[in-house]
Amino acid sequence: MLEFRQVTFQYRHGAPLFLNFNWRVEKGDAWAVLGPSGCGKSTLLALAAGLLFPTQGQVLVEGQPLTRPRPHTGLIIQDYGLLPWATVRENAALGLRVRNLYGADGIHAPKDYVPRTDVTHWLERLGLLEVAGHFPAQISGGQRQRTAIARTLALEPDLLLMDEPFSSLDAPTREGLQSLVMELWADQHLTLVLVTHAIEEAAMVGKRILVLGNPPNTQALVLDNPGAGEAHYRATPEYQAICQFLREALNRT
Amino acid sequence: MKRRDFLLALLALLALWQVLAWLVNQPILPDPWRVFGALIQETLSGDLPIHFLASLWRVVASTLLSILLAAPAGLVLGQSQRLNRLFTPIIYLLYPIPKVVFVPVLLLFFGIGDLSKILVIFLILFFQILVLVRDQAAALRPELILSVRSLGAGRRALFRFVYLPASLPGILTALRQSIGTAVAVLYVAELFATRVGLGYYIYFQGSTLLNYPAMYAGILAMSFLGLGLYFLVDGLERRLCRWQVR
Ligand SMILES: Nc1ncnc2c1ncn2[C@@H]1O[C@H](COP(=O)(O)OP(=O)(O)OP(=O)(O)O)[C@@H](O)[C@H]1O
Ligand SMILES: [Mg+2]
Repeated sequence: MLEFRQVTFQYRHGAPLFLNFNWRVEKGDAWAVLGPSGCGKSTLLALAAGLLFPTQGQVLVEGQPLTRPRPHTGLIIQDYGLLPWATVRENAALGLRVRNLYGADGIHAPKDYVPRTDVTHWLERLGLLEVAGHFPAQISGGQRQRTAIARTLALEPDLLLMDEPFSSLDAPTREGLQSLVMELWADQHLTLVLVTHAIEEAAMVGKRILVLGNPPNTQALVLDNPGAGEAHYRATPEYQAICQFLREALNRT
Repeated sequence: MKRRDFLLALLALLALWQVLAWLVNQPILPDPWRVFGALIQETLSGDLPIHFLASLWRVVASTLLSILLAAPAGLVLGQSQRLNRLFTPIIYLLYPIPKVVFVPVLLLFFGIGDLSKILVIFLILFFQILVLVRDQAAALRPELILSVRSLGAGRRALFRFVYLPASLPGILTALRQSIGTAVAVLYVAELFATRVGLGYYIYFQGSTLLNYPAMYAGILAMSFLGLGLYFLVDGLERRLCRWQVR
């Protein structure tokens, strides 16, 4: 689904964040990407989304090198992603309206795209109907994050990239949204990559976990965590062991 | 503000005017009824509409011109730190200068036609819009742009869904704040070297023809011009910038 092949990347005046970095995401995987602040997690997602391009090497999605954001990839970032002047409903429909503007050109929208703007189904699914007419500044952080999810899911992505989507939320809201994401992952047949700096979140959501360290990242440290996403995983010894392992891995970097 | 309060205020002002007219009891302050009579008469059979339209055209033309030039410039400055650093000192120096002092200069350079008057108002509005749009554009987070781009937005969609709505509040606030000044400066500009426009009309009726009711009718027309534009902008701001007002 998504492949980093010998990727080297650095910002214009910086040291390389990734150096000959290899990473493969299979279709239907649920990945968590974990690492300390500044290690390049957001950069990794921007590369995967086609918003940044490697200095060397290639990022491929479904075997094709990325040259621009791809219509079937959805990206959700922490805060700041919603238009402050648009209501929840308008924000949720933004991706569709962007597509309607260009038509089914295969670049900004898939070739088989049928113009539409109705997002009621998604607002309902994410419990946003009551606040559909509110502006982002008038709703809670959790509702804002759900709006961002609705906006992305309305585009029917097959690859969903999330950058610390829940880090500014309180624990119950965060855990609720984590389960929601796992639910959506299962029934929308998504491939999921979730970036986080929280060990517990990585262990709850990532069936596979990529641990990044201080740059430059060369060797991907990958951990299997098959129990993730199951309802009572948090209470199991496997979960505890994974968390412990991740904690040590992070301390080493 | 309720419509009823608005009407009451209007009535109170008219009553005050009436009382003053009685007290002064001289032709230089006619009462409201005579002025409204003159206004209707000058509108129906005089050439007040021509002067009104000439002034309106100058304000509208300069407003459109300043929006068209200042809004894109403000967006560019707000998004590019390098350009902004370059231009900030220049704007800082030019912004507070009272633009009305340029009236004689503009008359010398651009003659007695519409252009010199349009340029005076343009100078006022341009800087106001530029500064406010720039600040709004600077407040646009790069993350927001990235996330809209990730939805498939290219330049056209970014303009339509991000830059255009982001610059609207700046434009409308600037217009609301400075449309009054613009009309005042227009009046001054129209005192010089022109034969059409409300400024000329008011001056001519008052000091040459000594037709005071007509002079006041001209003043009313100019007030309507300013008020009408203000209400228009205010209404647009309420409608289009609901997300900010609350
Ligand atoms: N646009 C940019 N230009 C230059 N350097 C940048 C840019 N964006 C990020 N960096 C630098 O690259 C490094 C990695 O940034 P990145 O945002 O990918 O980290 P992160 O792992 O997401 O961190 P955090 O957990 O704090 O979000 C940081 O040192 C950052 O300062
Ligand atoms: Mg980050």
